[in-house]
Amino acid sequence: MLTADRSEFSLPQLARIVRTEQENYRTLTLTFDLSWPEAEPGQFLMAWLPGVDEKPFSLLHNDPLQISVAAVGRFSRQIQRLRPGDPVWLRGPLGHGFRPGPGPMIGVAGGYGVSPIHFLAARLNDGRERHVIIGARTARDLLFAERFRAAGVQVHFCTDDGSAGVKGVVTVPLRPLLAALPEATIYACGPTPMLQAISAICREQQRACQLSWEHYMRCGFGVCGSCARREDGWLACQDGPVEIIPG
Amino acid sequence: MSLPTTCCGVLFPNPIILASGILGTEAALLARVARSGAGGVVSKSASLRPRAGHLNPTVLDWGYGLINAVGLANPGLAAEVAILREAKTMLQPLNVPLIASIFAETVDEFGRAAAVVGDARPDLIEVNISCPNVAHELGRPFALDPMSAAAVTRTVKNSTDIPVIVKLSPNVTDIATIGLAVEEAGADALAAINSVAGMVIDIHAARPILANREGGLSGPAIKPIALRAVYKLYEAVRIPVIGIGGVSNGRDALEMIMAGATLVGVGSAVRRRGVGALGEIAAELDRLLADLGYDAPAAARGVAHVDR
Repeated sequence: MLTADRSEFSLPQLARIVRTEQENYRTLTLTFDLSWPEAEPGQFLMAWLPGVDEKPFSLLHNDPLQISVAAVGRFSRQIQRLRPGDPVWLRGPLGHGFRPGPGPMIGVAGGYGVSPIHFLAARLNDGRERHVIIGARTARDLLFAERFRAAGVQVHFCTDDGSAGVKGVVTVPLRPLLAALPEATIYACGPTPMLQAISAICREQQRACQLSWEHYMRCGFGVCGSCARREDGWLACQDGPVEIIPG
Repeated sequence: MSLPTTCCGVLFPNPIILASGILGTEAALLARVARSGAGGVVSKSASLRPRAGHLNPTVLDWGYGLINAVGLANPGLAAEVAILREAKTMLQPLNVPLIASIFAETVDEFGRAAAVVGDARPDLIEVNISCPNVAHELGRPFALDPMSAAAVTRTVKNSTDIPVIVKLSPNVTDIATIGLAVEEAGADALAAINSVAGMVIDIHAARPILANREGGLSGPAIKPIALRAVYKLYEAVRIPVIGIGGVSNGRDALEMIMAGATLVGVGSAVRRRGVGALGEIAAELDRLLADLGYDAPAAARGVAHVDR
């Protein structure tokens, strides 16, 4: 296992795929022959495939490095074709991750938002109560249920069509959990409308939450402005991707 | 602080301004840079038509600075004018001037772009004739040739009553000749330098890392190139020169002023120092000026011009 020298992190660094695991019909987890011991849950990397593109991914794990990739476009289809031994160039760890407090964890993961929430849940395996709500469109889109269970996390599902768990969006199972765990902090990653809904509930209930926002990125280190939030100029890559909102 | 500086009749609370292409994408982000202490802000260059820009990798830190080939990604001037109007409203109470950066593919389009961007009433217009990263699409930058640079300048000046800054390229044999041609064509100020053409290669991939293959260098590595360019221009022209390139701290800014800069652009320093970089550099400059006995930036301007 190579442990990368920090000074090399600025440019893409050669990594090789050690293994791949199919998570659902279109999502693959890649494990690399690299470790970033100081990387935190919520941080991300830029993965470069020469001649294709360079894209941001939240870390699923730091030691060894792991990311999950859903086949949604040209880049993700190309990276999913790679096999053990094939090269990918990685730049990171980038951005600022979760800053967990001492209380119980309520994780909320929408779609591919499961990666950083799983990384965080694994880190918080210190006897505290840990819940995760996994939301998806249908049962076959759900991700990581077994990974969370294996990590000792209580899992709650919801789907748009009711094919698994509660029918509806993540805020449906979230409300009773918030009531049951008044000391818990909410940690969420997923599509923008989901995070906006969670942010609104937490504001209304004066609850602390930490939200990891997805955005198109270029530099990944707070210079180009590609990921600036229109309302306040918050930079997803450097101020975030995790936004810490006190209760 | 005793830093207020006038350039082209516009009062800047301090001479440290944002360089175009850095953090200039949204009104709220320009305002954030201003609130953190910038003396002026420059929006990201916009063109009449929207541009998606190049694929990633587009911006990299190679250790001694940055290299970028974003490819002039922008939402098009119709959308940009709305952003600039909003920025202007946010900047007004802060008394921080707004500089709108434009580029175009032809001389005529530069004129139209200047007219359109004028609707947002920026304090100054920066004409970017020197982006090194779009040559295969847009042809050689106008800044590489005195006649083309002058033609763009004349057209823009005829299209707007807002003072015009022309941003020059360092990728030329004699920048002073080009600066002089641009001054004679009516420019109100010069900005120098745009990024320096360069490349980074990955030995394992055996290819350039940037999707565009080549890009523009910025940051500490190019400061001496920028200082020389500003020094040469200050001797060649009478209009103000805005010094840009590798300024990372107050000392660098003072070097740029001593070379002849009226205002000093800061961009890549944001990489290491964050959004607050410009305000911090202004404060460092203020202390340095006081320590060295200069009562204002203008008192130090050009003092490095000595006889051989």
